[in-house]
Amino acid sequence: MKLTIHHLYADMMNLYGDRGNVISIRKRCEWRGIPVDVVDVGLGERVRPTGCDLFLFGGGQDREQALLADDLSGSKGADIRAFVEDGGTVLGVCGGYQLMGHFYETPEGERLPGVGIFDLHTEPRKPDEARLIGNVLVDVPAPEDDEERQVVGFENHGGRTYLDDCEPLGRVVAGFGNNGTDGTEGARRLNAYGTYLHGSLLPKNPWLTDQLILNVLRRRDASFELEPLDDAAEHHAFESMSGRLAGRR
Amino acid sequence: MGVALDPRLFAAISAARAAQLASRTLKRGGGSTIPGVVARRVDPQVLNKLSRRLPLGSAAITGTNGKTTTTHMVGKILQAAGLRAVNNSTGANLVTGVTAALVGDASLSGRPSSEMGLFEVDEASVPRVAAEARLKILAVLNLFRDQLDRYGELAYTGKVIASAFADLPRDGAVVLNADDPLVASLGGSATNPIFYGVDAPDLDTGRLQHVADSKGCPVCGTPLQYDAVYMGHVGVYRCPRGDFARPEPAYRASRVRLEGARGSSFVLATPKGEREARTALPGLYNVYNALAAAAIAGEAGVGPDDVVRGLGEFGGAFGRVERIRAGDREAFLLLIKNPVGFNEILRTFITDEAAKNVLIAINDNDADGRDVSWLWDVDFEMLADAQAENATAAAPFTVSGLRAGDMAVRLKYADLPVGPVIPDRKEAIKTALEATPPGETLYVLPTYTAMLEIRKALADTGYTHQFWED
Ligand SMILES: [Zn+2]
Repeated sequence: MKLTIHHLYADMMNLYGDRGNVISIRKRCEWRGIPVDVVDVGLGERVRPTGCDLFLFGGGQDREQALLADDLSGSKGADIRAFVEDGGTVLGVCGGYQLMGHFYETPEGERLPGVGIFDLHTEPRKPDEARLIGNVLVDVPAPEDDEERQVVGFENHGGRTYLDDCEPLGRVVAGFGNNGTDGTEGARRLNAYGTYLHGSLLPKNPWLTDQLILNVLRRRDASFELEPLDDAAEHHAFESMSGRLAGRR
Repeated sequence: MGVALDPRLFAAISAARAAQLASRTLKRGGGSTIPGVVARRVDPQVLNKLSRRLPLGSAAITGTNGKTTTTHMVGKILQAAGLRAVNNSTGANLVTGVTAALVGDASLSGRPSSEMGLFEVDEASVPRVAAEARLKILAVLNLFRDQLDRYGELAYTGKVIASAFADLPRDGAVVLNADDPLVASLGGSATNPIFYGVDAPDLDTGRLQHVADSKGCPVCGTPLQYDAVYMGHVGVYRCPRGDFARPEPAYRASRVRLEGARGSSFVLATPKGEREARTALPGLYNVYNALAAAAIAGEAGVGPDDVVRGLGEFGGAFGRVERIRAGDREAFLLLIKNPVGFNEILRTFITDEAAKNVLIAINDNDADGRDVSWLWDVDFEMLADAQAENATAAAPFTVSGLRAGDMAVRLKYADLPVGPVIPDRKEAIKTALEATPPGETLYVLPTYTAMLEIRKALADTGYTHQFWED
């Protein structure tokens, strides 16, 4: 069984080490003997889901956001939305996450329409507000085993995201999250995940990487299980940061 | 030379002198900016007044990478031309640091002892420095993403810098890197843009490294087409829609020969003629620094003979690249600032020379950049491929720093063997040196604050002799 990663706008939206997320998924599959294809999907190119797919949608700068919003406003956005409704797995980070909501308003007041996967919207920071920058620790309920999990990452965003009618990915333990005020971070619906966390996100949170991989492969084979890996290095990196942040709570 | 005494300026300089003495006596540190802060409080016009008195005016150098090295290179060139320049010290590149440098250079009556001001300036401080310091030259070296952490957006940083162009006099020059699209696009806002660039088709890496930055056309946002990519987004490019392309450089490096740790040589073309040039600093990024320095000095009126002499005599700025004799071994410190620099160092030293002993130390203090996502943009996969190809496996890297854990994971996911993970920098350098066979070199790749810590640890052990001193 082969897993295909569709990296949306890979050449424009890899501002915050999104490449780390691609590498993470690829290696954790390869170490288990699951081949991985990475398809870069650029401006003007249609998405062609094949079944065993994972969509990655990274962050960019404002200029790129406007181009992407335009590119997504037609059938491409509709295809991705339908893919999610059908149980497809999507991970959006930062700018990509913002464009998964209803709209993203730029600091100049332009409203860029989003794909509408999540019932949320993003407002620009006000002139007297700072960008939300720093390390983040988040509590995440893991539906697979009902256990509370944690995720660490780094956020750097001016926009404030507000969940209109949507579950957050988790609750902020340390850091700012969606808007710095309501304690939520990211969004989750079906197998679509949105988050402000990079760092890169997946390398230090291998359980989340595996959850994404499992979501994808179980669409093909509902009883699919992943072989466990030795994650000592990842856990060490996670704990050195979560330890620092927990002390700052 | 008759300079009328300005009582307010006199008071400002006196107060700054007293403050400097006090801060040195109390060892409070920050001695390089405090006199500037104090002087500006007494006379807010102090920078304006003092910079007017410099016979050759001032040059400011800004950009993400290479400010310090380039500033020191220009200083060496001016020295070769018999000119004396006053420059600010590293870590004092805001308006207060520039003021402190000029105050320190002036007599109590406000007479400068230098002929020219030479300042490295933080990107965000350029407008203030330009408004006050009467710049004759403003050079922008490059804009890479390591200040995203601080300023949000590269394009915004470009706009901030360009807003200062109007403060230059009519005969002033804006010196820009033609090979960095965003920097080159700032030329549209300048009356007299002077470009420099590298023509070295054989150094084309053939692909854009995995470093985002500005790959979209600065005019319309369409992805740029590259004829050559030298590093990161730097190269020879054009917009497919035809509204923007790499400008023709007035200062040009061609026939570039990279000779690893020994430095590089190239043919330097200037409006006043062509010369063979060389720099003792390694890597293509230092060819860019040398070229920028040549352009700045050239625009300041220095002839090409003095330019190549100054460049040839220059051995390296404090802390960027440093060799330290450690008993019967050698420590080679190479500062890591961002993925582009990291890739260059891997390409220059670790791959080509098959460096066997390597210590990487990643900190995430403010001065290092708090976000370490960029480690994933560094092409360690290239290194793993090269090692597999040559069947020359290096010893596993020793990993250190506050983010040693992140670095170890990065190596693991590139299929590179991970050696000891020792977060403590002092312990790490000690262990790594002991593991280095006598007569061999330990390559130390630290971020900024890790470098300071490692250098201190070496000095505490009595290892202070540097091969290259400024
Ligand atoms: Zn264009």
